[in-house]
Amino acid sequence: MNEYYAGIIILACINLTAVLGLSLLTGFTGQFNFGQAGFLAIGAYTTTILTTQYHTPFIPALLAGMLLSGLTSFVIGYPTLRLKGDYFAIATLGFAEVVRLLIENLEKLTGGSRGIPSIPHYTTLPFAICAAALSLVVVAFYISSRHGRSCIAIREDELAAESIGIDTFWYKQVSFFMCAVLGGLAGGMLAHYVGFIQPSMFGMIKSTELIVMVIFGGMQSLTGAVFASLLLTSLPEILRAAMAWRLVVYGAVVVLIMAVRPEGLFGTWELTPKNIQSLWRKIFSRPKSKLSEGGA
Amino acid sequence: MALLELNHVTKKFGGVVAVDDFSHHLEDGGLYAIIGPNGAGKTTIFNLITGIYSPTDGAILFNGEAITGLKPHKIAQKGIARTFQNIRLFPLLTVLDNVRTACHRYASYTIPEGFIPSPRRFREEKAITERAHRLLEMVNLEGRAEEKSKNLPYGHQRRLEIARALAQEPKLLLLDEPAAGMNPDETQNLMDFIEKIHADFHLTILLIEHHMEVVMGLADNIVVLDFGRTIARGTPEEVQADPVVIKAYLGSEEG
Repeated sequence: MNEYYAGIIILACINLTAVLGLSLLTGFTGQFNFGQAGFLAIGAYTTTILTTQYHTPFIPALLAGMLLSGLTSFVIGYPTLRLKGDYFAIATLGFAEVVRLLIENLEKLTGGSRGIPSIPHYTTLPFAICAAALSLVVVAFYISSRHGRSCIAIREDELAAESIGIDTFWYKQVSFFMCAVLGGLAGGMLAHYVGFIQPSMFGMIKSTELIVMVIFGGMQSLTGAVFASLLLTSLPEILRAAMAWRLVVYGAVVVLIMAVRPEGLFGTWELTPKNIQSLWRKIFSRPKSKLSEGGA
Repeated sequence: MALLELNHVTKKFGGVVAVDDFSHHLEDGGLYAIIGPNGAGKTTIFNLITGIYSPTDGAILFNGEAITGLKPHKIAQKGIARTFQNIRLFPLLTVLDNVRTACHRYASYTIPEGFIPSPRRFREEKAITERAHRLLEMVNLEGRAEEKSKNLPYGHQRRLEIARALAQEPKLLLLDEPAAGMNPDETQNLMDFIEKIHADFHLTILLIEHHMEVVMGLADNIVVLDFGRTIARGTPEEVQADPVVIKAYLGSEEG
């Protein structure tokens, strides 16, 4: 396959992995995380330092990055997830900045703001696809479990969830842990695809880009998360012909979706055999009224 | 031994005494009511029992065990379920899933099994689903199991909220103004329904009502609150005849 297209797909899979974690935490558990890039950074630097300085094989290094990223989630989650309101969201915002500044200042270990060059390109196309697919399956299983229902209950009404015996703090923390682990995985893969990392890759812009994907696709839909990650990663490339205007178009598309369909493209709709069947029936049961359906 | 004991419970919000030295003993299997005008502190008592507030003073015992200061979910797990005055369902979940979220006693599979399913998970999920369907049949909502709960009419939402509380298999059920916003016909249906679940589930029920006539035929014991203080207690007949109660509801004659 053309290397250019393969690259776009790899990037989309990396974004998707990070977005899946975010979708579980923000979309399904209702906790806004504006600092996902911080977890990407932890994953990227841990994995890279292990592979380049300690010559650890790629997969153990990735696992170490995921674990460290996951453990960090407890440091932020433990004090803030017990509180109701926006404390958690604000803490994640600060957290990502702290991580970025730490990396910039731990020069001996991280190369400071100059970054780490010539990282081996371990993230191949099949690897990225497998990692994203595996993440998708695991998150999809979780959401359909009793624990996943508890998460959704917390998003829908935290007080009611607590009153039916759901340990809201613990479920929020588990979702946050998973979000951080997948962020760490995405970061590790990103470093070993691009071949170079520096702190500025993991700033507010990256966090925003990821949360926009979750909101764009539909907060309550994994299908939406997958679709949005694929579309919004490739959109700037598709629009490359439009040159400088492409980022304007990107922004306009996002604003348009939010204005026309605030619940996101897919809302709560999921791509399941049952839903496809009922959609099929909806479209083909009344072929005569096709014209009137145009407005819907 | 009483199932639930409230001993001299007081709750203050700043200078306002919402509940003043409230004591109550609920025997296992009884049907109790708390009535009183708006702002008398009825819902505050529910919030104290369920752990949403902790009392300024006094102790609450459930099954002889102190539950004062426990987290709401711990108290719920001990066997106290409730409904809310302004219905609190999970609006985007289906009717079935609303009930399934509360069927904790039918599943014990762990969080790792949530990510990577085991045979036990599928077995227990099946049991949960069956249980939820049975409960929906009992509240006559089986036909709407797959609808989002926010799309149900008001009366159905009330019944769904009770079904969700029953799914917890509680020993004590707290109902916060279940008849609020209902017409006399619906109210009568609801009261029959409450009597039915009281018998079928071997429940102890404590219910809050605003309207005295609603609970008269239902409760064996009524406590009347006014401005946080207990002004009367006893059987419906005793309470109804009490001049203090009449005064609280209608105002004094000289007034």
